[in-house]
Amino acid sequence: MSNSEEDFNFAYLDEQTKRMIRRALIKAICIPGYQVPFASREMPMPYGWGTGGVQVTAACLQETDVLKVIDQGSDDTTNAVSIRKFFERVAGVKTTENTGKASVIQTRHRIPEQVLSEDQILVYQVPIPEPLRFLEPRETETRVMHALEEYGLMHVKLYEDISINGEISTAYAYPVKVNDRYIMDPSPTPKFDNPKMNFCPAIQLFGAGREQRIYAVPPYTKVISLDFEDYPFEASRAEKTCEICGATNTYLDEVVIDDKGTRMFSCSDSDYCNSRKS
Amino acid sequence: MEQILKAKAIDKKFGSVYACDNLSIELYTGEVVGIVGESGSGKSTLLNCLSGSLVPDGGNITYLDRDNNWLDLLSLPEPRKRNLLRTEWAFVHQNPRDGLRMAVSAGGNIGERLMAIGYRNYSQIRAEATEWIEKVEIDAIRLDDKPSIFSGGMQQRLQIAKNLITKPRLIFMDEPTGGLDVSVQARLLDLIRSLVRELGLSVIIVTHDLAVARFMANRLIVMKNGKIVETGLTDQVLDDPQHSYTQLLVSSILKV
Repeated sequence: MSNSEEDFNFAYLDEQTKRMIRRALIKAICIPGYQVPFASREMPMPYGWGTGGVQVTAACLQETDVLKVIDQGSDDTTNAVSIRKFFERVAGVKTTENTGKASVIQTRHRIPEQVLSEDQILVYQVPIPEPLRFLEPRETETRVMHALEEYGLMHVKLYEDISINGEISTAYAYPVKVNDRYIMDPSPTPKFDNPKMNFCPAIQLFGAGREQRIYAVPPYTKVISLDFEDYPFEASRAEKTCEICGATNTYLDEVVIDDKGTRMFSCSDSDYCNSRKS
Repeated sequence: MEQILKAKAIDKKFGSVYACDNLSIELYTGEVVGIVGESGSGKSTLLNCLSGSLVPDGGNITYLDRDNNWLDLLSLPEPRKRNLLRTEWAFVHQNPRDGLRMAVSAGGNIGERLMAIGYRNYSQIRAEATEWIEKVEIDAIRLDDKPSIFSGGMQQRLQIAKNLITKPRLIFMDEPTGGLDVSVQARLLDLIRSLVRELGLSVIIVTHDLAVARFMANRLIVMKNGKIVETGLTDQVLDDPQHSYTQLLVSSILKV
């Protein structure tokens, strides 16, 4: 990859595009939870692979940054590997699997178990940024609802959950209220991760490439999961122990390990699991 | 009795056609006003202008809210207007599909307005929804069914429950019994009438069915080509029509 500098601008996107994305990011940081439209570019990967997150990461990266990419908590799944390789090639930045050593972490569907710090940026890949989408299909209407803080409908979804399943069965993309104002879709992270967003010291940026939206949660911002008084929010996890590292407080993956349907539970955050094992 | 809604000189044009031509109408508390007329006479346009879903080209509309303030509806800020629509007003559509969320259960539909005004206790919402679904004569075991599997009459009753749960003061109805067979229609009208009396609601009801108007309305407004041609007490207008169009309308009712 010695000739990457001639083939690409640093981090693939041209400077004007990065400037446009940074402007959207600044606006998003200023209005926590508000979806800022941006002119999403075609990226050399399909929609659904994290084109929004990749653009946000590209706009944030500097040559001194250390990048970590995770997919469902793991550093070695397809999506994580391909995006990490992409930035190694087009930005030449250092990459790591160690959560503590990374300055920028791009994630799909998880927040690392290790508590993040003030000098880190967490970039989420978002498929559908609009939390009200499946309740109110008109984007014109949902934008008015956000503007006027008309969020009764979001509770109708939770009401439906309870009336059908006896509990709030939404397990991922669990809606949150940011800074007492905007309702936000935390991307399809498990609701186990929702409390980690509240007063998180790191900057949290959300990029939705196909939907052309960027939103953000600044450091130390209140992020509250919606619930009912008599059915409070619960950060649920499988009531099991990680069979690799023995952790009892992490989010677990259930993995089928042979043809007979034997299963094992292990931490979905591979770096956290490895660090405990060694 | 005091006024609750006043509209003066409402104009609404579609292209060069006047759908509402200099219309003035007043509504008193606890009163049911029927607007009748043929298709295309501007009934629904007038209703949409009054309820804020259309902006008239001219005129002014004022409404007396719960706290006894006269609000100028045409200059009212959007958040306040939408708040009125959710709390003090209700709109019953001709097609229940326009007023209901078909993918959400009956209970969710009824509870939506409560959640919109800040109710956050599931059991309480559930209890009120149960109370209201029974009030509109739907069996409470249907509370978790989707309205898409309800019959037309049940959907319409559900729409009424959904609208009345926040105890509105003013209800707009656009052909609430359109498309229902006569026996269902009769029961629905009976239900609406008793709820209106019980809760002391003010109602503007648009219909082309004079029998519905006779049954429901205290006062009638007859419209033709965007103009009011006759107005008066229902019995007076229907039994002794003065304007030639009203006479035609009354004489064309089919007798069984």
